[in-house]
Amino acid sequence: MHMPLEDNLGLNLLAANQHQASHNREHFDAWNLLCLNVMSSPGAGKTSLLERTLAQLSSTYAMAVLEGDMTTQLDAERLEAVGIPVVPITTGRSCHLDAAMVSGGLRMLRQRLDPASLDLLWVENVGNLVCPAEFEVGEHRKVALLSVTEGEDKPLKYPVMFREADCVLITKTDLLPYLPVAVERIEEHIRQVNPRCQVLRVSASNGEGLECWHQWLGDQVALQRSLASPAARLLAIP
Amino acid sequence: MHEVDMTRALLLAMERWKEGHTPQQPQVGRVHLEVGAFTCVEPEQLRHTWGVAIRTTWLEGADLAIEPVALVGRCLGCQATYSPDAARGYRSPCCDHPMEEIVRGRELRIRSVDYHLPELPLAPEPLGLTPHRAAAAASASIPTFSTP
Repeated sequence: MHMPLEDNLGLNLLAANQHQASHNREHFDAWNLLCLNVMSSPGAGKTSLLERTLAQLSSTYAMAVLEGDMTTQLDAERLEAVGIPVVPITTGRSCHLDAAMVSGGLRMLRQRLDPASLDLLWVENVGNLVCPAEFEVGEHRKVALLSVTEGEDKPLKYPVMFREADCVLITKTDLLPYLPVAVERIEEHIRQVNPRCQVLRVSASNGEGLECWHQWLGDQVALQRSLASPAARLLAIP
Repeated sequence: MHEVDMTRALLLAMERWKEGHTPQQPQVGRVHLEVGAFTCVEPEQLRHTWGVAIRTTWLEGADLAIEPVALVGRCLGCQATYSPDAARGYRSPCCDHPMEEIVRGRELRIRSVDYHLPELPLAPEPLGLTPHRAAAAASASIPTFSTP
């Protein structure tokens, strides 16, 4: 007799990805580096900002980039030109990086350098305001970019991305004089879906706001190091 | 496009679940999925990609029942729960507080699976199963239940 059965699973659909993401994070912690997942829609300025930031901070921090792109390696070539090690991850038809892809990128990175020598590992995600928000890769912080040309309402239209972000960068502020956009409205909308995140205005073109952004980065690196230090681990034991 | 990736994640989870029944091959009638309103998944799209993805697989014919879970926030001003609404900027109607805490609506969860286990093939047994051994075989085909 075929008996109807029911298994109550209560299983997170993304459990396998989260498991791999936790595994990646354990590696990052063991290497004592800070991993940032940088996300935005296509064209919001992730690569331009990274070019600027990598060039300015390369004497302060040892860094590398895992560069996600659907088809080309153009962004990876731009960043490699700055003199920072870049591992391209071509995602094919997938519109985001997932934890397994980043794990594969880490294996390639380890063939080139010892990750324990790094302070910062950047993961530049595929340009997309939807999927990357749901797929952790093991990052310590999520950084979302929103350019002023995308309009004031995007945080409300794509709330999950901005809800998940630890830091939101409003980019291309040098274009504000030419646009009917109130940057205060963008900030207000971001805070409505995420009252706790850091919101900064930046322009990779004229350098506006980059000092604050680099200060935030420095604070996160220091915080991560203090959490990862043996003394902090001992103190964390009740 | 993200529904394709979500379907892939769902198929992977189902594959792992099936492995738990080895060597039995469960025949799945329906998968019950909870999808929160504050996720990036569109239920209709997901049902469609599921229907396409399971063709000619062990899941062929299995139904995907999607239970939507509404977004519920908690107002940190007065601790009341409310239904955040994009038109109000997700703010609480009671204290006009921004959406700090999400109580429900982020679910992407396989709640349960309805299935059959085919009868265990009887090992060549010249004397047939005794009633006692038949009962043991039947109980072995019932999977363990877990609470959600």
